[in-house]
Amino acid sequence: MATEGTAPVGFRDRLRGFRHELGREWRRLPPRARSLIPGIALLALAALYPVYYDSLPTSVPVIQNFPSVSTAVIMIVFIMMAVGLNIVVGYCGLLDLGYVAFYAVGAYTAGWLASGHFQQVKLHLGSAGISTELRGIHINLWIVLLLAGCLTALAGILIGLPTLRLRGDYLAIVTLGFGEIIPQFVRNADDIGGFNLTAGSFGINPIDTPGFGTGLNEALGLPVNFQQSFDRINLFYWSALALLMITIFCSVQLRDSRLGRAWIAIREDETAAAAMGVPLMRTKTWSYAIGAFFGGVAGAFYASFKGGAFPSEFYFNISVFLLCMVILGGMGSVWGVVVAGAILTWLNQEGLANIGGWVNRETPLRFDVTEVQFGLYGIIIVLMMLFRPVGLIPEGRRKRELEQGGLPTDTLYGERHE
Amino acid sequence: MTVEAKPEGPSPLQALRRRRRPSVISIIGILFVALFVLVLLRNFIADPEQFINISLIGLTTGAVYALVALGYTLVYGILQLINFAHGDVFALSGLVAYSIAINVLNLTADTAAIALIGGLALTMLLTGAFASSLNATIEFLAYRRLRNQPRLTMLITAVGMSFIVQNVALYFYGVGFYSAADLIPSTSAFTIGEISIAWNKLTVVLVTIPVLFILTWLVKSTKQGKAMRATAQDQDAAAMMGINVNRTISFTFLLAGALAGAAGLLFLLLFNMRYDTGFELGLIAFTAAVLGGIGNLAGATLGGILIGLIQAWNEGLTHWTAGGSWTRSIVFGILIAILVFRPEGLLGERTPEGA
Repeated sequence: MATEGTAPVGFRDRLRGFRHELGREWRRLPPRARSLIPGIALLALAALYPVYYDSLPTSVPVIQNFPSVSTAVIMIVFIMMAVGLNIVVGYCGLLDLGYVAFYAVGAYTAGWLASGHFQQVKLHLGSAGISTELRGIHINLWIVLLLAGCLTALAGILIGLPTLRLRGDYLAIVTLGFGEIIPQFVRNADDIGGFNLTAGSFGINPIDTPGFGTGLNEALGLPVNFQQSFDRINLFYWSALALLMITIFCSVQLRDSRLGRAWIAIREDETAAAAMGVPLMRTKTWSYAIGAFFGGVAGAFYASFKGGAFPSEFYFNISVFLLCMVILGGMGSVWGVVVAGAILTWLNQEGLANIGGWVNRETPLRFDVTEVQFGLYGIIIVLMMLFRPVGLIPEGRRKRELEQGGLPTDTLYGERHE
Repeated sequence: MTVEAKPEGPSPLQALRRRRRPSVISIIGILFVALFVLVLLRNFIADPEQFINISLIGLTTGAVYALVALGYTLVYGILQLINFAHGDVFALSGLVAYSIAINVLNLTADTAAIALIGGLALTMLLTGAFASSLNATIEFLAYRRLRNQPRLTMLITAVGMSFIVQNVALYFYGVGFYSAADLIPSTSAFTIGEISIAWNKLTVVLVTIPVLFILTWLVKSTKQGKAMRATAQDQDAAAMMGINVNRTISFTFLLAGALAGAAGLLFLLLFNMRYDTGFELGLIAFTAAVLGGIGNLAGATLGGILIGLIQAWNEGLTHWTAGGSWTRSIVFGILIAILVFRPEGLLGERTPEGA
């Protein structure tokens, strides 16, 4: 009995000693490495996901399966959009309820520039692994991603110019209006004076997939075209991850730039920012354009992944879904938005169905969660706003303010309600 | 309940905005209106009877929009909140009205006229009570404790509430469409030449007009209405004058809810509705409220009727119109145009915050 009693204590002691040792070693590292190592480890874990996915256990309790690689691609795409929306809502404090419009513009740009939609012309520009005999516009998808981003940013500026001088809640409703007009436009624009711009409710498909062409294939072994590869989904996963890394990098750099500080100043107090010489319209328009840029890139990439751009996908719920990610993660907090985006997209794609199935099987409850999932997101939004408006992982700046007891919480994010 | 100018001097922001409104914009605005009138004239000359019939349809739809728009405008006037959940309260109460009228009271097209009228009146009463209490509960649970928070917080909460209410409707009523359009016959009540108005449309107009009068009386002439107007102007000052601000705001939500309930039943008598009808109709009604000047009761009514007319004209007229598949774009186009050209709305006053 005595030995049994002491064994766990000894083990616990050893564990504590080990942790102590580890902590000392950890503190001995230079601060830069200390801040980089977790990120690199996490990135490695994410990058190797398709490699070790097959050896992950199936039939896990509650969640049943880990997200499949193709779900992971969708998760990354939505995280990208949420990070883009975070620039508008989180940094600049402009409530945008029509972000889906940017997703649509990006997807349709990919549809126009990288498919056989325009049969009237034959234009190939660096198209990888696509027969030059094919009609239509076929531009290499990497270039298309950039073009889609730029075009969407332009759309963002066009939407922003008349509306950004309006007060916050009017802006919300106008962006919502644009979010509704654009899907209707693409659905109806299959016959503009006889010209088929968007193929109506059929959508534009198929859209080309990215690729590196034969030259780079021979030189570096990069795939000619994703569509023709055996591990198509893995390639999409890795390129999505790379795009996400770029997005996050840009987002963090922008936040700490002169422009980013101007955004935050506007978010905190528009009048004070204007009085300090921040040009309101220009700064807001920039946030709109840059937020739109990432939405467009993500939309174009997603369209290529799915192989088409369909009008039925651009509905208001997506905008709210993205907003929910930003709120759940913490407005302005990039890492919070990434985590919340991953969780919510996974729930939307697989998680809710899996968890619901598990609950129905293992417990006497009978409830179809997937049917009312948007009600669930509504509950998340309301509860977060009522009880934890800073989000799951609050932005460092806000946390510091709260800890130091500087500004009261209620002056953040726009003017105080009178 | 007009939101009157707040007693502060012009902010630097406003000074910026004033300079940025050149006369070119007003010229473009006038051109838009001229084009609109031209299209109407063209259609009126081509077929006056058709034009008037279609306008009557628009008037009926517009009456329902006006009722919902009044709910938006009341709440906006007192809290400066776009109550996104309002449209969904409307849809849910319309579905509840269906349950009451068809399932509980067993009303059918064959029910005797007196019983039908009595049944519908009872339904309207019960639906109004339901929608009022739902609306006030939403305010009590979600908006009340956020009142001192920044506006964005309450606005986002309203979006969340809208989704919750919509999904409650989805859970209980499913995705099917509900309609009680056959309860009141759509035969002509009276005909003048080729112009005719059907019974069901006449009913809607006949119900809406007294409701509007009662509302105006409530806001203009009762003590509670005075309290509402005072709270809308300045909550703190109203509280110092002994007005119970919480109760006044609850009363506003009750009133807005009752209007949504009435609109729900009337909509059910005219069209199909299902759990997500409220989303689009709510947006249309909000556009109507903005068009008329948000916070302004007469403006919301005018805006609702105008939007109803524009929708009917767009879908019904034959010359130079875009057709039904573009209605939504046109309504939102109007919203955006109004916010760009005349943010204070047709009847609204310019406030320092200025929109």
